[in-house]
Amino acid sequence: MSAVAEPRLLDAGEAALVVEFGSTVDPAISDRVLALDDALGADPPEGLRERVPTYRSLMLHYDPLVLDRATLAERVRALVSGATARASNPTLWTLPCCYASPHGEDIAQVAERSGLSPEAVVSTHSATTFRVYMYGFAPGFAYLGGLPEALAVPRRASPRPPHPRNAVMIGGGLAAVATVPMPTGWYVLGATPARLYAPERDPSFFVAAGDQIRFEPVDSATFDALTAREAAGEPVARRGEPR
Amino acid sequence: MPALVIESAGPGVTLQDGGRHGYLRYGITAAGPMDPLMHAAANRAASNALDATVVEISTGGVTVSAEDGPVGIVLLAPGFRVALDGVPLPDTVALTLEPGQRLVVRAGDAGAWGYLAVAGRLDVAPVLGSAATHTRSGLGGLDGRGLAAGDRLPVAEGRTLDGAPQRLVAPWLDRDGRVIRVVLGPQDDYFAPDQIEAFLAGPWTVSPRGDRMACFVDGTPLKHAKGHDIVSDGVAMGAIQVPGNGLPIILMADRQSTGGYPKIATVIGPDLGRLAQVRGGARLSFRRVSVEEAVAARRAERDLLREAVPREPVIRTDFASDFLLGLNLVGGVTDGRS
Repeated sequence: MSAVAEPRLLDAGEAALVVEFGSTVDPAISDRVLALDDALGADPPEGLRERVPTYRSLMLHYDPLVLDRATLAERVRALVSGATARASNPTLWTLPCCYASPHGEDIAQVAERSGLSPEAVVSTHSATTFRVYMYGFAPGFAYLGGLPEALAVPRRASPRPPHPRNAVMIGGGLAAVATVPMPTGWYVLGATPARLYAPERDPSFFVAAGDQIRFEPVDSATFDALTAREAAGEPVARRGEPR
Repeated sequence: MPALVIESAGPGVTLQDGGRHGYLRYGITAAGPMDPLMHAAANRAASNALDATVVEISTGGVTVSAEDGPVGIVLLAPGFRVALDGVPLPDTVALTLEPGQRLVVRAGDAGAWGYLAVAGRLDVAPVLGSAATHTRSGLGGLDGRGLAAGDRLPVAEGRTLDGAPQRLVAPWLDRDGRVIRVVLGPQDDYFAPDQIEAFLAGPWTVSPRGDRMACFVDGTPLKHAKGHDIVSDGVAMGAIQVPGNGLPIILMADRQSTGGYPKIATVIGPDLGRLAQVRGGARLSFRRVSVEEAVAARRAERDLLREAVPREPVIRTDFASDFLLGLNLVGGVTDGRS
């Protein structure tokens, strides 16, 4: 195995430190981010307030009056050289997804831009195992990698009107599940009855960065039934072993 | 249980506590006060926990009253105009609001954010551990929205103040917003040295279109050395991102948790409130400091908040004559100096 590059430690003010492992979207970089995230989470130093994994870096928010930068940096360097593999096993989640009208409102546009038939857009998307790289942008907005090249349409130049809750989307070579309605430059392929984010539920979030997601096509009647089950507090996302 | 009643509220008046912490990794913004020092100072003066829930007042202003009993109030709103039943009060004041009385807070010549704490606890159900309002995602506060006429905020474990309103003496809240201290990075390497110097020197003119999410500035656009797109990474409050148009955007309390523009520098914690209080049209520049200097400033701020906030009797001559005439309550009265 070749030597692993040392991450860069970048200050984001006096109360946050960015541990940067690379500058691209890459599963190997993401694995290193998540390995450090796991290691710090297992034994957090006093004064470490939040850990925010992203595609290529781990942002550490800390209280500098409790934990000084040098101590945190030393801890990070020791952990990075010691552990490069993840301590926790990712979970494969199967999320039901209704691609039918009205949910899959942008499938025709994606078909036109990708040269695929609408049926092929759906079958390609639902045959893919996605990796959850990170959350960001909005509460419960999960950025997913692994989108096949055939579906890598650029994002819209200007946003479309707000999508509904729990929209399953693609854009710019990535996929996403969005939980809060808002205007977007992405394309909406469908909707999942599973709520990745429910502030009143414990836990409010069940999908973690590093987990995998597959979308299982369901018809409108099943979607409605599953939505009702989810609303009654019965989770409809299924947990399985990663591939 | 006594309650604080919102008689009227302009846009942008929200409930805020110390912020919603622990969920940034799931895309949940911390929210919390725009001016963390003044928020904490209001709670200090009210003998509350420093991160307790308060009413954050925008330049939209607010009018409040008390219901079902008196409510002890601490108001820190430097630069705002304050009146109790038409009688002007200092802009930093402690008082007991009796049922039937109305406290009016309106924007004045300076100041962008004021803080109204009750002595006691505003009984608001937390969401994800916090009452902080984030209106963009509809989280916290009252149904995730700004306060509006008719809202009733129960006050638990309320305490009141004997006697007349008292001025709170906290001259350290009068901060100069013309020079804002920053730590460079995390992406200062996306800019050539002359562009870093240009960024620091400014001067930048604060745009009036700022809000709880961001402060925008106008000036000579900065040039990027390595493009303006980065693969998204984390964003701290105070991060100064430079998008394609070269004009810095300072991300504030309601920012997104991650972002995809290079961040040339980060405003230090103690200067976040100083920046937040600057109104549109003002000019500012940035000064580079080390992490150690920033931590020292943070420590000094913490020490300030350990001391009680002194109070003194309200003296009428404290008010400028234009203020009194502006209220049109006491025509002909002067401040005794003119």
